[in-house]
Amino acid sequence: MDLATILQVLDSTVRLAIPLLLACLAGLFSERSGIIDIGLEGKMLIAAFFSAAVAFATGSVWLGMLAGIAASMVLSAIHGLASITFRGNQLISGVALNFLASGLTVMIAQVWFSEGGRTPSLMTGGRFSDIALPFAETLRPIPVLGPIYAELISGHSILVYVGFLMVPLTWWVLQRTRFGLRLRAVGEAPEAVDTAGVSVAGLRFAALAIAGLLCGLAGAYLATGLQAGFVREMTAGRGYIALAALIFAKWRPWYALGACLLFGFLQAIALRYQNIDLGAFTVPVQVMDALPYILTVVILAGFVGKAIPPRAGGQPYVKER
Amino acid sequence: MTDTPAIELKGISKAFGPVQANKDISIRVMPGTIHGIIGENGAGKSTLMSILYGFYKADAGEIFIGGRKTEIPDSQAAIRAGIGMVFQHFKLVQNFTVLENVILGAEEGGLLRPSLSKARGVLKKLADDYELRVDPNALIEDLSVGHQQRVEILKALYREADILILDEPTGVLTPAEADHLFRILRGLRDEGKTIVLITHKLREIMEITDTVSVMRRGEMVATVETARSNPSELAELMVGRKVLLRVDKAPAQPGRPILEIENLSHTDASGVQRLRDVSLTVRAGEIVGIAGVSGNGQSELLEVLGGMATATGSVRLNGHEIPLTGRKADGKTRRAQGIAHVPEDRQHEGLIMRFHAWENIAFGYHHDDRYGRGTLMDNVALRRDAEDKMKRYDVRPPDPWLEARNFSGGNQQKIVLAREIERDPEVLLVGQPTRGVDIGAIEFIHQEIVRLRDKGKAILLVSVELDEILGLADRIAVMFDGRIMGERLPSETDQRELGLLMAGVTEAPAGSGLDAVEESLRDKERREAARHD
Repeated sequence: MDLATILQVLDSTVRLAIPLLLACLAGLFSERSGIIDIGLEGKMLIAAFFSAAVAFATGSVWLGMLAGIAASMVLSAIHGLASITFRGNQLISGVALNFLASGLTVMIAQVWFSEGGRTPSLMTGGRFSDIALPFAETLRPIPVLGPIYAELISGHSILVYVGFLMVPLTWWVLQRTRFGLRLRAVGEAPEAVDTAGVSVAGLRFAALAIAGLLCGLAGAYLATGLQAGFVREMTAGRGYIALAALIFAKWRPWYALGACLLFGFLQAIALRYQNIDLGAFTVPVQVMDALPYILTVVILAGFVGKAIPPRAGGQPYVKER
Repeated sequence: MTDTPAIELKGISKAFGPVQANKDISIRVMPGTIHGIIGENGAGKSTLMSILYGFYKADAGEIFIGGRKTEIPDSQAAIRAGIGMVFQHFKLVQNFTVLENVILGAEEGGLLRPSLSKARGVLKKLADDYELRVDPNALIEDLSVGHQQRVEILKALYREADILILDEPTGVLTPAEADHLFRILRGLRDEGKTIVLITHKLREIMEITDTVSVMRRGEMVATVETARSNPSELAELMVGRKVLLRVDKAPAQPGRPILEIENLSHTDASGVQRLRDVSLTVRAGEIVGIAGVSGNGQSELLEVLGGMATATGSVRLNGHEIPLTGRKADGKTRRAQGIAHVPEDRQHEGLIMRFHAWENIAFGYHHDDRYGRGTLMDNVALRRDAEDKMKRYDVRPPDPWLEARNFSGGNQQKIVLAREIERDPEVLLVGQPTRGVDIGAIEFIHQEIVRLRDKGKAILLVSVELDEILGLADRIAVMFDGRIMGERLPSETDQRELGLLMAGVTEAPAGSGLDAVEESLRDKERREAARHD
């Protein structure tokens, strides 16, 4: 395997890991605040649709992204209303949002564009273009490091860089700021936050808003960065894989980066090597495509080691004496 | 001391649906005093304090803090008014450090670093001033219950509280830890802080308070100076009738050994050894009390004997070995052999809360022939039987159709006791018989246990309440870390000696006994923590 092939696989690892990473960090904010967010999938999907639709209509990828974020945050608000204000079951609310997004996107797409539940392909301007970092071409001739810089580090859309920057930012917010301290506390012991005179519901809504924002970015990247338009169910279970990655990462931002890169790598391998010939038999393409999902199951079945979720996760907060 | 009360409540009323939790309550708490509020469970003490801390809004009435009329719509307002609260169940974030817990909600700005270093300094000063020493960098989950409570007090003091409310603070403490807490509270009072102590333990009221208010069924029935009152007067005020505080019993007449336990050992599912070579004999006509801080193997001892857990070693009942493993080591077989079990956790192990009283009274014995043969049960017979037992045990209301969860703690316990005692067992295992039970019901439950003893039955009592063990048991065994540390006769021992044994100290060291106890408790915790890793 030559350097070029390795770089290509790693390059696509990065591209595929970004939506997972953004969704995973969204889940991290939400779950560290004590709200289980099964609806990552639906939020990403609805953001993907609205970002593609608005980008197509206006020709501006930025307006598209804002529309995607707005749509995702609306779903977050519904989730908050159901599970925080009305103390409903968070899993059921999340699943309902996924169904809602799944049906709504295809239906509106059909009504607006009549292309069988998809948006028309986006032209330049409606998509995030790749950014060439300074000196990428100048440095390319340098052996090994040159191509790594030019191929792997340079030449991604802005959202890729934003995604990676979110990791240290998330860590810093959680560990170094007042908001982070309160957020971590409310997911562990909401009664402690409440008796300290801080609003439990306020913190949890804030966490869900951040989750909505990040899912919106993830969805916008899918439809206007990674691909050129929305197709039905284009998230393809990424929201659930992000949740698996979150458990794998033990609800920590740096680990989340590692977990998402691993899942992204598996997807990249599956894309690149459709049939692997092992001599005696050939591993069919379906097995490769299923690999990330199989790994998810294996990881969830307990190969994570001891993963302690936020203690108050999934429980609506009811004031008690 | 001034004449302006630190807290004055005027005409506070609060109803939850049809239940009037507080009725027109007025009270004055003077600054620089320790003011006790005593009453039975459900008397409305906690509701009143929750109103003061902004958890509930009163339906009517006014609150004056330091002479000024104050609205307290939420906890934030209570904190601003200088009120700090130490809840019965601590409100701490388990995987945060002490420092992080202290600053939570009282941070100085958007970033944590300045708040943390300020808190570090304040904590050091508070530690020196009030014996409130806790390692600021320790995680809460690694601290003993007593230290966690200190963190709660520190939280309040860090917020510059002048008024400290403590809700049943000693329920989870060892006697030594409780003594230390009282020293802290006296220190705080001497510095001019006002302390409100909510409790149902008369001994604590007498020991530490300056003034005491008594609540009964949502009403404030009296406020007296502690020095001018006495326990029996307070108990009478609480219950509304004369109560016997001491257990009324004749000296035991122990007969032949009924239950002989030898070298009993048990390791739980997570691999921790909970019982280590426990040997103990319970004879006919005696009550053997097991004292100990909860979590030292008492629960496991009851579970093994009751057939809920397996063990190695030997247990003989009337001279016959009973199996400790295998299919015959279950609760049903034990009951058939004559071992009745009143479990410690009545809401989870003693009752099914959503089942009717009559069903609960039959559980464990529902296979009996007199409740029907074969597959079908004779529900009419069951209900008739239940009604009869509920009357005899004064369960209120005596309605077999009521679900278990709708009875008060005391009445739930009476249902379990009626079920177990009325089958005339050879051995009665009874865990925490009066936890969460009102004084009036405690008296009744103790009398029933003594009555069974006087019929020549063997009784093994487990309780974390030392008063209960001292009053009820004829012989006391103290457990620590899965071992029996020693046996004592109630007449020849006292709280202090038992407290040392409970902390694993067999020889009282010269000088500061209490510090040694604390040290040994910390040791135990460190070992526990190490085992869990």
